[in-house]
Amino acid sequence: MRIAFATLTTAGMAFAALAGLPLVSVAPNRLVSGEGVSGWAMLAQVRAGIHVSTIETTLPVLLLTALLALIGIGVFARQTRLLNLGVIAGTATLILALLGLCGAYAAQVALAQSPYARTSLGSAFWLVTLMAWLAVMDRLHAMQAPLWLRGLVWAGWLAGAWWLAASGSIDQLSLMKEYANHADTLGAAVARHLEIVVLTLVPTLCLGIPMGWVLHRWTRLQAALMPVLNTIQTIPSIALFGLLMVPLAWMAKSWPTLASWGVSGIGLAPAVVALTLYSLLPVVRATLAGLAQVPAGVLQAARGMGMGAARILWQAQLPLAAPVILAGVRTAALQTVGLAAVAALIGAGGLGAIMFDGLFSTAHDLVLLAVLPILGLALVCDAVFVLFTLLARRSLKGEPT
Amino acid sequence: MITFENVRKSYGQQCVVRDLNLHIQRGELVALIGASGSGKSTILKMINRLEPHDTGRILFDSHEINSFNPRELRLRMGYAIQSVGLFPHWTVTRNIATVPTLMGWSKTRIGERVHALLTMLDLEPEMYGPRYPHQLSGGQQQRVGVARALAGDPDVLLMDEPFGALDPVTRASLQQELKRIHQMSGKTIVLVTHDIDEALLLATRVVLIDHGQVVQVGTPLDLLSQPANDFVADFVGRSDMGIKLLSLQQVRAFMRDEPPLPQAAIAIATTLREAVSTMVQNRTQSLNVQDPAGQHLGVLHAADVFGASAAPHA
Repeated sequence: MRIAFATLTTAGMAFAALAGLPLVSVAPNRLVSGEGVSGWAMLAQVRAGIHVSTIETTLPVLLLTALLALIGIGVFARQTRLLNLGVIAGTATLILALLGLCGAYAAQVALAQSPYARTSLGSAFWLVTLMAWLAVMDRLHAMQAPLWLRGLVWAGWLAGAWWLAASGSIDQLSLMKEYANHADTLGAAVARHLEIVVLTLVPTLCLGIPMGWVLHRWTRLQAALMPVLNTIQTIPSIALFGLLMVPLAWMAKSWPTLASWGVSGIGLAPAVVALTLYSLLPVVRATLAGLAQVPAGVLQAARGMGMGAARILWQAQLPLAAPVILAGVRTAALQTVGLAAVAALIGAGGLGAIMFDGLFSTAHDLVLLAVLPILGLALVCDAVFVLFTLLARRSLKGEPT
Repeated sequence: MITFENVRKSYGQQCVVRDLNLHIQRGELVALIGASGSGKSTILKMINRLEPHDTGRILFDSHEINSFNPRELRLRMGYAIQSVGLFPHWTVTRNIATVPTLMGWSKTRIGERVHALLTMLDLEPEMYGPRYPHQLSGGQQQRVGVARALAGDPDVLLMDEPFGALDPVTRASLQQELKRIHQMSGKTIVLVTHDIDEALLLATRVVLIDHGQVVQVGTPLDLLSQPANDFVADFVGRSDMGIKLLSLQQVRAFMRDEPPLPQAAIAIATTLREAVSTMVQNRTQSLNVQDPAGQHLGVLHAADVFGASAAPHA
């Protein structure tokens, strides 16, 4: 049997969501909660509309039908490479078509009701997107897709969304309205978020890898230090930010030079210190694990041939431990991208600041406007590390890179 | 070349090497043999200071080894181990070049040396040089390990059970290789092994060790023909000692200068073991002996082999 159960399940759930859950919700203004509208109701209303071009109305219907057919073939026919590609391309088009449909509907609502009316993407949209993504991942996995193809799929999704946004056809969606209102601050927030992440990762690497090496060399220190790192990991982030405020404020007061470098109880300094403390554990633990799996015979031979400790470290231990260490750094980086959002609470800025703005004013689409770039950063970060790890593994195995 | 004088070594309370006195001449191939835990590996590692000795003196080139910088000492001694320990992220060429690079040789000289070593160990340089260790078989990896140990043209080659993990066929071919390298280069080789046949085959002198003490030192023939005690006799294999003895001796020493008989012929370089085997196969008491060109040299009689194998008359 070659039935792809993942495709079947995700398709089933996607259609159930489309049938039973609202595709968008419409509210008279930004601050009140909206009312859900199902996809079928929208389709009928958009078709009845006069200001929407025929392409925008018929395209989604066409694509939906095409996709249904595609998934049907994909499920019941033999799984060939072409069909897999079809499912991948079809699901992406479905999502973009749905987005286009929502945009068109939002434009009609704005015309028919008032310019202040808000049309937000509803639970069905997000569920279908998630299902589509899972189906695509499943097919890519089944195909054992090469890296360039995975990259191409990513690029396709992004380019499609970009094209829709640039064409103005989703301008009337609440998310895009929030974007229009915050376009000037969003770029700066992303930059600041990245700044926090980079400022955290640099000291993490500079401290974590040497610490891992020291603990590997003097095993007894592990019993003393690892519990400390483990405990830090269990402190809630807001509590740790709070704990660091006092000593840092005191330090800034006692040494004005530090204050002139930007050290203070609130803002960037406590955020970076706390995030560094959090990310130390995965890096130290990975360094320890990486060094431990270097074959003992390699070290014995290296020593016996007259290589010094430093040379053994740089030429044998670190290169051989690199893939494992990289995995730890990846964990630390992803964790930092997420936790950096919380740092906005102590004035560190970044995307977290926009997110909390949205939360405090119950503007859900503003929250989304901040969360989506955080998600994007995390995915990009992850992809970069996957690539690094792959390169490190390949150079170890001696395959051409 | 290497001398142990009253050397003693303990781990905590446990004494692993006691009162070791041993002199290894330049050009010898000495096999340290014993059961696991006998201390043979520790003795080897004391030579290149991977393990420090507690009391007594170890001399290398008549200087106490502690007077050398450990790294320089190790550069002068090749080192090969059972797990090979090739750097998995380096090519065969770079692995072999490790010690010459540490010694600061020029690129061209290193290249020539690697090429020569690979050729000597029967690995096509153009084919195997750019490969990575995981692309080689176990036997090829160990060949590269031996080449790496020889790369710096060391005075001494230390080998810690180098063929222990290989299958019998590969092991036998590498043993022959090592024997050839030893005869060709005249290097001093110290070999740790637990395989008595390997020791008897390769060594010019065998050092039998038990519980950190030397039980007997002697040529393979000495150990088989005059075992110092029951332990030695048991260790070298009491039941087939005679067969082993035969395999250590050649026809040359036992043949009589007599005209050819109507019998099968064997080559002069054959061991007594093969000669006896041929006799049994042909149901005969005597064999003609020939030189490689097929010229008759003499006759081998079974009575001479069985009557006086411990003390050849030539």
